[in-house]
Amino acid sequence: MSQEIKGKERYKSGVIPYKKMGYWDADYVPKETDIIALFRITPQEGVDHEEAAAAVAGESSTATWTVVWTDRLTACELYRAKAYRSDPVPNTGPGTKTEQQYFAYIAYDLDLFEPGSIANLTASIIGNVFGFKAVKALRLEDMHIPVAYLKTFQGPATGVVVERERLDKFGRPLLGATTKPKLGLSGRNYGRVVYEGLKGGLDFMKDDENINSQPFMHWRDRFLYCMEAVNRASAATGEVKGHYLNVTAGTMEDMYERAEFAKSLGSVIVMIDLVIGYTAIQSMAKWARKNDMILHLHRAGNSTYSRQKNHGMNFRVICKWMRMAGVDHIHAGTVVGKLEGDPLMIKGFYDTLRETNTKTSLEHGLFFDQDWASLNKVMPVASGGIHAGQMHQLLDYLGEDVILQFGGGTIGHPMGIQAGAVANRVALEAMVMARNEGRDYVKEGPQILEAAAKWCTPLKQALDTWKDITFNYESTDTADFVPSTTANV
Amino acid sequence: MMTNVGNRVTQGQFSFLPPLTDKQISAQIKYALKNGWAIGVEYTDDPHPRNTYWEMFGNPMFDLKDPAGILSEINDCRKTYPNHYIRVTAFNSTRGVESPTMSYIVNRPKNEPGFRLDRQETDGRCVRYTIHSYATDKPEAERY
Amino acid sequence: MKNPELLTPDNSSVDLDAEFRNSNIKEVLDKLDLELIGLKPVKTRIRETAALLLVDRVRKKLDMTAGAPSLHMSFTGNPGTGKTTVALRMSEILHRLGYVREGHLVSVTRDDLVGQYIGHTAPKTKEVLKKAMGGVLFIDEAYYLYKPENERDYGAESIEILLQTMENNRDDLVVILAGYKDRMEKFFRSNPGMRSRIAHHIDFPDYSADELVAIAKLMLAAQNYRFSPEGEVAFGEYIHLRMKMDHFANARSVRNALDRARLRQANRLFKGARKNLSRIDLMTIEAEDIRASRVFQEGAVDLDGDEGANENPPAS
Repeated sequence: MSQEIKGKERYKSGVIPYKKMGYWDADYVPKETDIIALFRITPQEGVDHEEAAAAVAGESSTATWTVVWTDRLTACELYRAKAYRSDPVPNTGPGTKTEQQYFAYIAYDLDLFEPGSIANLTASIIGNVFGFKAVKALRLEDMHIPVAYLKTFQGPATGVVVERERLDKFGRPLLGATTKPKLGLSGRNYGRVVYEGLKGGLDFMKDDENINSQPFMHWRDRFLYCMEAVNRASAATGEVKGHYLNVTAGTMEDMYERAEFAKSLGSVIVMIDLVIGYTAIQSMAKWARKNDMILHLHRAGNSTYSRQKNHGMNFRVICKWMRMAGVDHIHAGTVVGKLEGDPLMIKGFYDTLRETNTKTSLEHGLFFDQDWASLNKVMPVASGGIHAGQMHQLLDYLGEDVILQFGGGTIGHPMGIQAGAVANRVALEAMVMARNEGRDYVKEGPQILEAAAKWCTPLKQALDTWKDITFNYESTDTADFVPSTTANV
Repeated sequence: MMTNVGNRVTQGQFSFLPPLTDKQISAQIKYALKNGWAIGVEYTDDPHPRNTYWEMFGNPMFDLKDPAGILSEINDCRKTYPNHYIRVTAFNSTRGVESPTMSYIVNRPKNEPGFRLDRQETDGRCVRYTIHSYATDKPEAERY
Repeated sequence: MKNPELLTPDNSSVDLDAEFRNSNIKEVLDKLDLELIGLKPVKTRIRETAALLLVDRVRKKLDMTAGAPSLHMSFTGNPGTGKTTVALRMSEILHRLGYVREGHLVSVTRDDLVGQYIGHTAPKTKEVLKKAMGGVLFIDEAYYLYKPENERDYGAESIEILLQTMENNRDDLVVILAGYKDRMEKFFRSNPGMRSRIAHHIDFPDYSADELVAIAKLMLAAQNYRFSPEGEVAFGEYIHLRMKMDHFANARSVRNALDRARLRQANRLFKGARKNLSRIDLMTIEAEDIRASRVFQEGAVDLDGDEGANENPPAS
């Protein structure tokens, strides 16, 4: 047993194992106000897994590589993060394809973090520690955020409930589409796509993540033409419509300028990319709350660190941080589309974004009970390779509070963009109606769509065009606790 | 006349489907009742997208078991206002929602004139937009 | 739909027993037998009604239509004779046979239907009707809706709406009117419209003394009590005396008498010398718990109790 060293011995100059410095405490019971992080650790060869966990706890809190006497000027025992549990990960280690991994639970005292700052939280939790030599690979799987800390964050500027009230749209998923091609259209041509999609029946059109202010279309042009399109479509249908105007830019000053312009033109929503950084996101969330604006976040860049299973961080942690940071929309997977997404994992993301309370559910990758402390709900966005023929599956997997984005599935319709939008809206309404009527809509989905296609030609054409398109690849990020079933649809 | 698909205002959950039959309306009401939601019947002669408060045809109905009573309210409302927009709204009182959770149109005027878009040119190329409901050119209750 | 004319009298057959089993109404009828002592004529009428509805349903399956049966009923009888309980079972039977969609029972009196001022009554009555849709509306002491002595009484407005709904929404709800027999008859005489819409009249007789004792034993057993042999004899005597007094309300009077007997039993045990009690002691109602009633001493109901107050007007 490696007992913690106390007293004089503890602070003698030199190097002692983290475990003995007080970063491992198997008897520690987390306090209600502790922040808890769950790491997946692949220790270096020869490193004991509890020592590895202690090292992660140390490096993500107060420790440095050697003993420092200045620790003794502080209430250092409080500030030390405590690894208190380390379990082997199922299906790893000898006899499996994967090296032995461990789930390490580490508790951090609330006073280690600045109130209301994702930047500060992440500087500790994912700061130095991911390059640390004692671990071969490290992944942040989940976090428990205490109510006390959540209450220092604004949370989503608008939230699902108020967004629906502002849009006057209830009881069905919202529909959107990303303007295509992503790059190259002039402002005038770009606005045409927006107008057609919205008039045809979509609720939102969207800029893509990398549309900012380029030589082929400067941002003011895009904003002016898009808002002409939005207002025309609104007058043509009697519905509230919107276009996510991407205000991502090189500096905060530029972003504020663009957001203000969007507001002056009467837009209901603006958009930012994850790559602008946590602080910029929080600033924009505050701006959005102050200006009655819905804030859409494109998760550009997330797969760089969230996709591989042994290193980086799980997307569900990003979902938690983004709910705290205050975005209203976030792309969170489709299950059936072209981008990464195991159904069980995606359910975990969606629950994290939309529930007032999430319960521990290992099969969905949720390791902690999480009370969301009345922070608004975030609307997940499903985007990438989905089409009207999958409507029953989308409704089943993703539920009602979601935005279904059919980019190609709208603009690629053989009869044009309006027809594409009509097909999607009819498919959606028919499916919601069938579900509410108590029909087994998942099983009867194709028949429900066929029946609607009998009187709706655009839907018939959409079904004929895309009927066999699916994306069946093995997911890389899957549940550890149940055999995963990647959708084969 | 409106020029969009169906030539009609497309607010609500089911405006892209053929008009709902009484049987279909009952099935939707049943769904709301099963979820424990209250149901209100509202009507208006100004379907402007920002016209939030349609007139209530009586208070929302709570604690009902069966759709028949609500359907009879809807039909009374249709009889009284055959040429108005009428919508059915379900209210969910669960913590974290406390807001409408369903809304669909069950009656509309025979001819829907729709909306005009007014543009006010302002600084530079900026435009301020106003959506104008043609129906409101006439006084209330004389619109259709 | 098949054309009824194409049906020859013998070209299809139907297994009535199977229909009966599938409907699961036997369960409800058995429950009724178990729950309610006596009431032979009522149970017979309920069985007959259930049979009629079952056969009607079978006929419908064979496209032999005879028009939707009228299902509105009147239950007459003195207070405490089981009208509400039977109404509950009736709504279950109607539900299982598919004559009402939900099978819930909404029980109301005049106050729930009639308002205090102009324009108040219609919404009130409609509100109740909407709640009862899909189930059974039980109107206790329905005759209070009609007050001929007051021309301006809003009850008439409520009756008007009720009649309309009973006629137009036959598929949506069943109305059961309940009350004392004589007053109900008077009510029907003055409201022929109501009378013509009620197809089933069921009369609930008073219980005999023996039946009331049996009821008392059933009630006690449900609460884990029982009479000692002497206690049972005493209760028999009590009932004979009580039945002759004012405000006697059958099973309801029994329930009230037992409540008071339990109170006295508790007091007796508490004041007694023996503090070490067995299960049997705690369960047993002794003769003295019954005989302490004022019914024996003064031939009057207990003043502290609610014999009288509660048993007075409600007729169910």
